[in-house]
Amino acid sequence: MYFSEQNKMIRKLARDFAQKELTTEILDEVEESGKFPQEILDKMAKFGFFGIKIPKSLGGSGGDHMSYVICMEEFARVSGVASVYLSAPNSLAGGPLLLSGTDEQIEKYLKPIVTGKKKLAFALTEPGAGSDAGGMTTTAVDMGDYYLLNGRKTFITMAPLCDDAVIYAKTDMSKGTRGISAFIVDLKSPGVSLGKNERKMGLIGCATSDIIMEDVKVPKENRLGEVNKGFSNAMKTLDVGRLGVASQSIGVAQGALDEAIKYAKERKQFGKRIADFQAIGFMIADMATKLEAAKLLVYNAASLMDNKQNASKEASMAKFYAAEICNEICAKAVQIHGGYGYIKEYKVERMYRDCRVFTIYEGTSQVQQMVISGMLLKK
Amino acid sequence: MRILVCAKQVPDTNEVRIDPVKGTMIREGVPSILNPDDANALEAALAIKDETPGTEVIVMTMGPPQASEMLRECLAMGADEAYLLSDRAFGGADTWATSATLAAGIKKIKKIDMVLAGRQAIDGDTAQVGSQIAQRLKMPVVTYVEDIKIEDQKAIVHRQMEDGYEVIEVEMPCLLTCVKELNDPRYMSIGGIMQAYEQPITTWNHEDIGLSPEACGLNASPTQVFRSFTPPAKGGGEMITGTTVSEIAGSLVSKLKEKHII
Repeated sequence: MYFSEQNKMIRKLARDFAQKELTTEILDEVEESGKFPQEILDKMAKFGFFGIKIPKSLGGSGGDHMSYVICMEEFARVSGVASVYLSAPNSLAGGPLLLSGTDEQIEKYLKPIVTGKKKLAFALTEPGAGSDAGGMTTTAVDMGDYYLLNGRKTFITMAPLCDDAVIYAKTDMSKGTRGISAFIVDLKSPGVSLGKNERKMGLIGCATSDIIMEDVKVPKENRLGEVNKGFSNAMKTLDVGRLGVASQSIGVAQGALDEAIKYAKERKQFGKRIADFQAIGFMIADMATKLEAAKLLVYNAASLMDNKQNASKEASMAKFYAAEICNEICAKAVQIHGGYGYIKEYKVERMYRDCRVFTIYEGTSQVQQMVISGMLLKK
Repeated sequence: MRILVCAKQVPDTNEVRIDPVKGTMIREGVPSILNPDDANALEAALAIKDETPGTEVIVMTMGPPQASEMLRECLAMGADEAYLLSDRAFGGADTWATSATLAAGIKKIKKIDMVLAGRQAIDGDTAQVGSQIAQRLKMPVVTYVEDIKIEDQKAIVHRQMEDGYEVIEVEMPCLLTCVKELNDPRYMSIGGIMQAYEQPITTWNHEDIGLSPEACGLNASPTQVFRSFTPPAKGGGEMITGTTVSEIAGSLVSKLKEKHII
């Protein structure tokens, strides 16, 4: 009902690609080495996965939000970390440029990330400013010819792999969220250094680190958007980001449900398949029903965005619910696997770890609840 | 250079079940796909296009209106044009009538340097249509092609044999039927899919390709399938094991006696 013919064909492509390319051997190797194969990223770029909903005129494929959701879902169903790579150029990396980039910035930064030649990080969070992004202390001082940046960004996804980052910094310390501007910073600039690679619970294979800036000179032409309008750029980017995490959540949840069903039909105890015990059957019914509800929330938010309607509340609802039930479904999938679910040879072990961050990053569940309730109660 | 690829939409036989009573395929709920050998033919054409800019790749199929979905997949992989030969009069065609229809369609398109077809379709496994089209178009044909090189107006191809291959030089225009060893078909691309729905699919009926209803479909089919069935499943074999030859032979003899065979 939500899907166009293009959407259906894109699902076919994404499923085919994810299943053929992201083999168990490769994913196990990613877990071991912590590195994601560049050849797969190159292929993803080649077949248009890095510019799904970026307009053709800007080097993308010109698809809609629904197509993006579908690709995220099908990739995450097989590999959470692969969906992080898929998401970046379409969402947190591409978003700020799409919203506020000048023609030169689009040419220099957006097009190379769509073709996979460059990677760009989104740097908003700070050690003391997570959910409260307005409390950031990174500063950008106008020095006439350039801006001088100082501060520390934390938990920056892909930072160690990126060429550049969009950094949000205070250009007016007296104004809170209305004093934030966005800058494109070359991570090889003098004064930029990276923290150690964080040792994460899940989504292994996509390095995360701090970005530290000490008297970093950023050329004037690298300011992204108007002065003091950076917060709005970040929030609009995160609206789409939420849709991405929501799609990841339904993808991983589907993968976990698939594994749970498969295992319940194979595993025998007390002389019969464990699927034939009502306790297991009802768990599966519960998982599938919640997943279906989450899918409809996600598709609804995507559909509103495609119809150019405000979907902030719906995207928050989709992210909140999908991330929560994904954790529930993965936990149950591990439970159904019993002891084997605790062992790395079984896919649900990885899924259980990967999904834990879904209720945390790009706005915690509690922040989503603040957004939703705020919108309902302000009227 | 203009290459025409003959393609067929087929049920995904990996997911087909057979009705045990009627002996026919249960098509309900079975996804339709681009016939795998035809995907190799299309890939071969697209690979030539990659190497020789200016090459046009045209895809043609005969089938019901829903075959247009498969043609869009071909466009999404990179084909330039798509033609659907669709008409009630084409229904019930055997290989002879199918090749008559496709050959008439290809004649109408004109200026084709090479026709590529899959070796055979997975639903019928006849492997006849490609060669018949060549005969009707009076083109040389090479079947079971596993490698293609173009030199001037000639194609130098490897023809797969059971224990090797033949190297054959063939003048263009020609028709080649392709096997899966030829290449690895590419994925569609997201941009290709978006574009595929903006491109037209030309649909032709029997009048468009200049065939009378008597010259196509069931009316022009000398062969008719009057029954299809699945051979009954064989019981599983039993491997007799033992440590010595005489022990194994002994247990074989006793089993044969048990069944009153000896």
